[in-house]
Amino acid sequence: MTAKPLGVRVRQNATTLSFLAPALIGIAVFFLYPLVSAVYFSFTKFDLLSVPKWVGLDNYKRMADDPFLLQSVRNTLWMVVVFVPVRIVAAIGLSMLLTQLKRGAGFFRTIFYLPALVPPVAATIAFVYLLKPGTGPVNHFLEKIGIDGPLWFNSPAWAKPSLVLLGLWAIGDLMIIFLAGVLGVPESLYEAAELDGANAWHRFWSITVPTIRPVILFAAVTGVIYTLQYFDQAAVAGSIASGQATVGGGIASNFGYPEGSTFTYPLWLYTVGFGYHALGYANALAMALFVVALGITVILLRRAKAFSGEES
Amino acid sequence: MNKRMPHALFALVTAGLLVTACTPATKENKIADPGTAVSGTVELWHFFTEREADAIDSVVKDFQAGHPNIKVTVKSGQDDSKVTQAIGAGNGPDIGLSYSTDIVGKFCASGAWVDLTQYINRDKVDLNQLNATTRSYTEYDGKRCAMPFLADAYGMFYNKDLFAKAGIDGPPKTLDELAEDAKKLTVRNPDGSLKTVGFLPLYDFYENSASHLAPTVGAKWLTDDGKSAVGTDPAWKTLITWQKSLVDWYGYDKLTKFRAGLGDEFSADNAFQKGQVAINIDAEFRLAFLKDQATNLKYGVAPIPTADPARYGGGYVTGNIVGISKNAKNPEAAWELIKYLTTDDAAVIKLSGLLKNIPTTTKAIADPTLNSDADFKTFIDIFTNPNSSTSPPSSSGPAYQDTFAKFLTDFQAGKVKDIDAGLAQADKQINSVMTLGG
Repeated sequence: MTAKPLGVRVRQNATTLSFLAPALIGIAVFFLYPLVSAVYFSFTKFDLLSVPKWVGLDNYKRMADDPFLLQSVRNTLWMVVVFVPVRIVAAIGLSMLLTQLKRGAGFFRTIFYLPALVPPVAATIAFVYLLKPGTGPVNHFLEKIGIDGPLWFNSPAWAKPSLVLLGLWAIGDLMIIFLAGVLGVPESLYEAAELDGANAWHRFWSITVPTIRPVILFAAVTGVIYTLQYFDQAAVAGSIASGQATVGGGIASNFGYPEGSTFTYPLWLYTVGFGYHALGYANALAMALFVVALGITVILLRRAKAFSGEES
Repeated sequence: MNKRMPHALFALVTAGLLVTACTPATKENKIADPGTAVSGTVELWHFFTEREADAIDSVVKDFQAGHPNIKVTVKSGQDDSKVTQAIGAGNGPDIGLSYSTDIVGKFCASGAWVDLTQYINRDKVDLNQLNATTRSYTEYDGKRCAMPFLADAYGMFYNKDLFAKAGIDGPPKTLDELAEDAKKLTVRNPDGSLKTVGFLPLYDFYENSASHLAPTVGAKWLTDDGKSAVGTDPAWKTLITWQKSLVDWYGYDKLTKFRAGLGDEFSADNAFQKGQVAINIDAEFRLAFLKDQATNLKYGVAPIPTADPARYGGGYVTGNIVGISKNAKNPEAAWELIKYLTTDDAAVIKLSGLLKNIPTTTKAIADPTLNSDADFKTFIDIFTNPNSSTSPPSSSGPAYQDTFAKFLTDFQAGKVKDIDAGLAQADKQINSVMTLGG
């Protein structure tokens, strides 16, 4: 085989590059530049208003002695450990139920999916008012049947479970993905298992779960990343429940209500960056979040491969 | 060596250089000679919306009538984050009007807002016509980068019907009297839960923040050298011990349960307006809400009670602030408008009347029309009282207050067993967080 002339090769490379250029420019401007900026600023003292000052590892050292960071990490980890598995289990359960329906499956699919279309801020406001002790209909109903309802978003013990409840209500997006996975399991496998005497649980555990494992992995990875960035619902729920939703001044004063129980890592990052104008430290926090998200994703992927017998 | 490495390194270095090149640089600001005619367009960003934005437009219209060569472009609904980002990106508005004195430290220290001293000296503006507290929160480290644009004074609102029912003659003047009256005014349900609360002392309830309560004991936030004073100023211990004792009398759980059922502070369901809470800490702006949303409520206003009767009459003072961006396109016209909005007595009186906030110049404070409303006058008196105070500007904004607020919410919940150790720890954390600002 003979090598192509230099001119042809240059022309071919130029053509390839011209096709790739829009994507490359996009990656450079919207991914590479912000990423490198974040890394650079994390080693500086920077307030967005004056020239950044190089401070070496000071921002990273500060993390070791930051009480708000510790609190926000605790809350975020709680959400990752509880919210992600609960959401996956609920989405699988719901999709399994939907596959069992003989009639009206389309109707119920739509009904269950609809909440996922509601903007998170609007959904959170509605949830806080529905669950509001004293005036909300949920506790009013519970009272009617003799149950003294919890304080939901106003209780440090119940605030995070209430956020999980809100997340479960808007589970439609995940449910649709699992539904596609469950419907993709070959019917012949179930029939063969049934002939072998497998009950419903055995069929689910030995056929459905292994078949939809890639979907579970996808849900776990995206769920962890989503939860590590959990911001909107925590910010809105804390502010509304504190009764200070419309207060203009002060950023952190009503974040995390009650008693810091809804104060997640991204809320602290936002407060540091835009409340205290400490963009250097905020970027260090963002880098730490990036590394943790990447680490958890790698671990999940490796464990999933090991679990399925593939080489890691 | 990996063949791709040089390309990756090149990309990283290029991006790094870009990052450095795209960060803000400082700029020398020269002002015009005295008497130079000012003209051109000036852009004003403020945070007001709806009725309040109309008030700003009205006063800006008056300004333009007297300054036909200056055209003012007004953008409403702009918060501090947007102003900060615009200045950082080199495209800040000529004038920014903020609701928060918390940004003064950062904006002065960083030079995001220019030092106004040169304009003030050139135009011989007498700063002594401005209330002393407002002067203190509009400068930082000797640099005057802002001017006060009306103010808020905090006092006490009390429900006259509930007071009469409980047999209380008038508003409490000391913290002990406040606790005593609060207990008399509180009504419990048969099951022991709270039906009406005399005074809801939780720090994270409505306006009960530490900064608003500090004047009750004359507590200081910072020492003269800018360090945290919360652990060393005994006034804080007096306040938080008093507050905890009242919280414990109610029962923390009972209070949180009662509070959970209350409406939003700035809605018609405000607990004071609904008669669920008999005494509330609030500012003069509540008067407009009461007039609008609770016409049947019989209420009175008074200064907040104090630990030491000699300190009675003062309260917490804060306000809106206004300054010129370092990258203002027309700083001379910007200063002309700021001078008008903050030192022209007629303009200040008009703004105060429209926005129902406290005026800041000596003549406007004494204006007979504004003082004709007895309730509003109470707040003007609090504003001018020498015992009134504010929270000091810091280059890390409200970080020191937020850090202390965390300690206070833990303390009132009973999570802090040793108050002295807790305050010492809070001191340490505040000193640490304050270094974020430089």
